[in-house]
Amino acid sequence: MTAKVAHKIVLHFPQQTWDRPIVCMLAKEFDLCFSISKAEITHEEEGLVVLDLSGAESEYKRGIKFLKEQGVRVEPLERDVTRVEAKCTHCGACLAVCPTEALDVDRETWLVSFDPGKCVACELCIAACPPRAMQTAL
Amino acid sequence: MSVKRTVAEINERIRKGQAVVMTAEEVARLVKEKGTRKAAAEVDVVTTGTFGPMCSSGAIINTGHTKPRIKMKKAWFNDVEAYCGLAAVDCYLGATELPESDPENRVYPGAFPYGGAHVIQELVAGKEVRFRAIAYGTDCYPRKEIETTVSLKTVNEAYLFNPRNCYQNYNCAVNLSDRTIYTYMGVLKPNLGNANYCSAGVLSPLLKDPLYRTIGIGTRIFLGGGVGYVVGPGTQHNPEVRRLPSGVPAGGAGTLAVTGDLRGMSPEFVVGVSFTGYGVSLAVGLGVPIPVLDEEVMRHAALGDEDLVTQVIDYSHDYPEMVARSLGEVSYAQLRSGSVQIQGREVPTVSLSSLPKARKIAARLKEWIGAGDFLLSEPAATLPGPGSGIAIKALHERARKH
Repeated sequence: MTAKVAHKIVLHFPQQTWDRPIVCMLAKEFDLCFSISKAEITHEEEGLVVLDLSGAESEYKRGIKFLKEQGVRVEPLERDVTRVEAKCTHCGACLAVCPTEALDVDRETWLVSFDPGKCVACELCIAACPPRAMQTAL
Repeated sequence: MSVKRTVAEINERIRKGQAVVMTAEEVARLVKEKGTRKAAAEVDVVTTGTFGPMCSSGAIINTGHTKPRIKMKKAWFNDVEAYCGLAAVDCYLGATELPESDPENRVYPGAFPYGGAHVIQELVAGKEVRFRAIAYGTDCYPRKEIETTVSLKTVNEAYLFNPRNCYQNYNCAVNLSDRTIYTYMGVLKPNLGNANYCSAGVLSPLLKDPLYRTIGIGTRIFLGGGVGYVVGPGTQHNPEVRRLPSGVPAGGAGTLAVTGDLRGMSPEFVVGVSFTGYGVSLAVGLGVPIPVLDEEVMRHAALGDEDLVTQVIDYSHDYPEMVARSLGEVSYAQLRSGSVQIQGREVPTVSLSSLPKARKIAARLKEWIGAGDFLLSEPAATLPGPGSGIAIKALHERARKH
């Protein structure tokens, strides 16, 4: 009996993988359980999926290997986006691109808030932030 | 009896600590509650504020003479070139200037992480920056090269001189094309994905004095956290635009040229910013006090976001191609609500100017005046207004004459 594992991961699908049913193969071939918390086509025409993936450790490893063989870039969600508070001017330019409302504005104070719990690390805010307050912690 | 005040009378009240000062947001509420006449009778000064990217900015710096002397031909601050076509050690560091090593948009969209604006912010923050200059050498200025560090402590003069700041009103930018575009108005998603606007609306200085009755040449202002002055109409000052019956321009109109000593400023209100795919700009905090000379001044100063409008402009084709077309007129109240209707679609709105900072500036100015530290100035001359015949021109290419 192998140990069970569960991880939150970010998958980046290059354009040429659009027509292939890759994620469902994780369940069919490797008996992995997935729960998609975010899926979108980014402005660079890349598919982005954030999911919780769980199953037997050995199958999980095989599943990740399979993804990489398909050309999918796999990253742990822990590759977090952070905000340098002192740099943020609370303009709100980031709100245009944040897909999950991790960046939000209070319509009374007009202060922009950042909730790392809602962030799916798509990183679109990094390029959209004029004072470059949004950064990735590598 | 109608209200009449002079700037001198208001200053006398400021000196005595008796002046009643309110921000433009506060008087907008007051006028709704009590009416223009009562509000004009009660309030002496209305403070405004704005904080946003203002590309046409830069610093004039006199580095001090070297021994032996040099007449700088080219100079760089942290590898960002400053213009040296002035006297020996005077130069102008433009906010949007990039280091020569910046790849610009060769890898599209470029990141533009650093430029003149960032150098200016670092100087204001008290940091030392690397300075290098070269020259051809003359009998009176023999030196040909220098490399050292400078800071606001070491240089003689260092002041912001911004040829065009504080746009009276500004476009709301959208993208009608099917690809993401990267503009000075931020990232615009395809097919009307977002609508980006850039005005403090109810707090915006020139929207609150739309006919330039009180703001003119010589007006003392809040600039970058310190004290500055209006030098004149800014470049592209364009007062002859369509106006609402209230006198407020329905689109971009007046601008201000401003100046102020970098030494009194704060990196909180002078911020280098990077627009992906576009370049570098300087976000400037600017606030103007409006003396309530009469009821008309108060009526204008108290206009709310619902009374102020702008035009929705397509930045994928119309703006770059100089096509004068508005996709619609929207009020700042609508823009502030989070979405607007454009071509039958609900489009999320995004502000590029910071309202929290604009509020801080208007509040700071109110404190300064309340404490008697900041007196108002009567303009030495007024700015060209509607009827002046001053209108912005495009550059039309002409065949070369032989």
